Amino acid sequence: MSDTDASKSTPANDVEQPATVDTEQWLHMYEQMCKIRAFEENANQLYLSAKMPGLTHMYIGEEAIAVGVCEALRRDDYITSTHRGHGHCLAKGANLRRMFCELLGKEEGYCRGKGGSMHIADQEVGNLGANAIVGGSAGIATGAAMSIKMRGSDQVAVCFFGDGALGQGLLYESMNMAQLWKLPVIYVCENNLYNQYTHQSETTAGSMTGRAEAFGIHAVEVDGQDVQTVYATMRELAERARRGEGPAFLLCQTYRFYGHHVGDVNRDYYRAREEENHWRGNCDPLKLLATTLTTQKLVEAYVFEQIEQEVRTEVEAAVEYALAAPYPAAEEVTQHVYA
Amino acid sequence: MRKTTYIQAINEAMKDEMRRDESVFLIGEDIGHYGGLFRVTRNLFDEFGAERVIDTPISEQGFMGMAVGAALVGMRPIVELMYMDFFLVCGDQIFNQAARYHYMSGGLLNVPLVIRGQQGGGKSYGSQHSVAVESVFAQYPGIKVVAPATPYDAKGLLISAIRDNNPVLFLEHKMLYFTRGEMPDATEEYTVPIGKADVKRQGKDLTIVTSSYCVLEALDAAEELAEEFGIDVEVVDLRTIVPLDMETVLESVQKTGHLLALHESQANCGIGAEIVARVYEEAPHLLKSPGRRLGMAPASVPVSKPLEMELLPWKKNIKAAVLDMMREYA
Repeated sequence: MSDTDASKSTPANDVEQPATVDTEQWLHMYEQMCKIRAFEENANQLYLSAKMPGLTHMYIGEEAIAVGVCEALRRDDYITSTHRGHGHCLAKGANLRRMFCELLGKEEGYCRGKGGSMHIADQEVGNLGANAIVGGSAGIATGAAMSIKMRGSDQVAVCFFGDGALGQGLLYESMNMAQLWKLPVIYVCENNLYNQYTHQSETTAGSMTGRAEAFGIHAVEVDGQDVQTVYATMRELAERARRGEGPAFLLCQTYRFYGHHVGDVNRDYYRAREEENHWRGNCDPLKLLATTLTTQKLVEAYVFEQIEQEVRTEVEAAVEYALAAPYPAAEEVTQHVYA
Repeated sequence: MRKTTYIQAINEAMKDEMRRDESVFLIGEDIGHYGGLFRVTRNLFDEFGAERVIDTPISEQGFMGMAVGAALVGMRPIVELMYMDFFLVCGDQIFNQAARYHYMSGGLLNVPLVIRGQQGGGKSYGSQHSVAVESVFAQYPGIKVVAPATPYDAKGLLISAIRDNNPVLFLEHKMLYFTRGEMPDATEEYTVPIGKADVKRQGKDLTIVTSSYCVLEALDAAEELAEEFGIDVEVVDLRTIVPLDMETVLESVQKTGHLLALHESQANCGIGAEIVARVYEEAPHLLKSPGRRLGMAPASVPVSKPLEMELLPWKKNIKAAVLDMMREYA
């Protein structure tokens, strides 16, 4: 893979940003959200046309969270991701070709085809890996933050998880220690309302932010469809953690526009069409940002179409590249068991 | 030469490595001020402080996960599990995370993590404080398993484990803690390589392949078998369960022609079955009698002393197994 690869995405910001965000940066965030959506639509097609093996989970509808959070991070900050993790990886700076190669089990994939959709890791941009165990990375992200503190670094670690992970004890064990030891970790809960196929009203008692507050952890709830709010909030939480003020909990209200996984097509038995239509029609993070920027007369409407076209072309080229890419040699199957 | 206890040997290994490498730290329950339930981390808090000898809440899953995360980004954690039985409380973090990370990431990420603590029966601690886990761990690729029997091997292997770039399970045994053995001077540096067995007693009639505390029981049994029956047993101390040193095992079986694979975890589906099977696969012609296993019967370890002693594959049971084999085939 050469450095001049056209599909290489822009990594999360490396330098300190000014307090005010200029239009160009919002457009960059729009582009990143577009990229995630186009990536997911293509991944979905690959699955439906039987070109992609295994399992995958669409992030469409939740793009503003990954982008808002990762744009507020530095390249050397850490994230851990989830089974619904393509958005996090791309937002943190993953390369489209290597992502598709990994989904298709190809040699050039991030994990040489061994990890697949649910295990993409990218050390160069601080992505410590997606995790197929719900809540499974809560300890890992918190431990990365412990390492940061021990090394005297000013990095931060972000743990992405869904509302389903609120059912896992590991999260609370980790949050307890993070607050005891004032670790620079931010727990980002993507509340998309469903634990797989079960509405959270049947799974989650009490308050979500109250869970963090019980440990004395600073908790904030935001509209996860509004990338501007997510970004601004995350900037504050990251700075706070860098100053040594400890962990935070960011609850982002969002919605999964598609099913739990790509094969989850008939969803009527667990959620209403009207609900899906409401979120898709009124709470689309891409549309929301475009509307805000055009209403404020900062950007003309055609610019968004242009971005979308460019991104689609780039993503489709990456798909073609990955489809043609070679598989790993058979003897690799027993390699990488031990370092 | 001097003599130290098994506990002191482990303590020295950690102290030396923490002095040598700032990325090494300890994490676990009551390991700081208190010095660990079995005093294995004694005095380390005084030298290295709370930053590097970290007392945790009773949250095995949480601190095991955190150790994995810290190991991924530059640290070399040593996790103490107070009782090895508690591995089940944090099993996902050990098996699905630590052991699989290197493979799942296609070799991109390493988890240089040591999980150490004591296991096994003999103290009437009951079913949830007496388990022997070597066979269970051997089922999971991606984690190495060592189980030394002497203070010398314990220190040398723990240093190797700390310097290894993989997760390593370091199995101590509660019956070994106060045993003493010869050691080089504290200032003399040495390591024992992971994956290399050691013949602890030379013999010509039968090979016992074992590890951890069972080595001591096997050596005792061997002395009595020699004295009482003139049977000359060779005792191969595996020292490492994963990866297995089959070369040393086969060399010994070539010499004796009779094999008893011994371990404290249950015989059924245990590591002994693996060892016997491998000898059959790799060199069946070496065996003059059917290779055998001796481990626990499939039961939980009971508190009642006579029941516990009946279950544990120790001296009495080892002697009975050897006599049975030799009566038939010698």
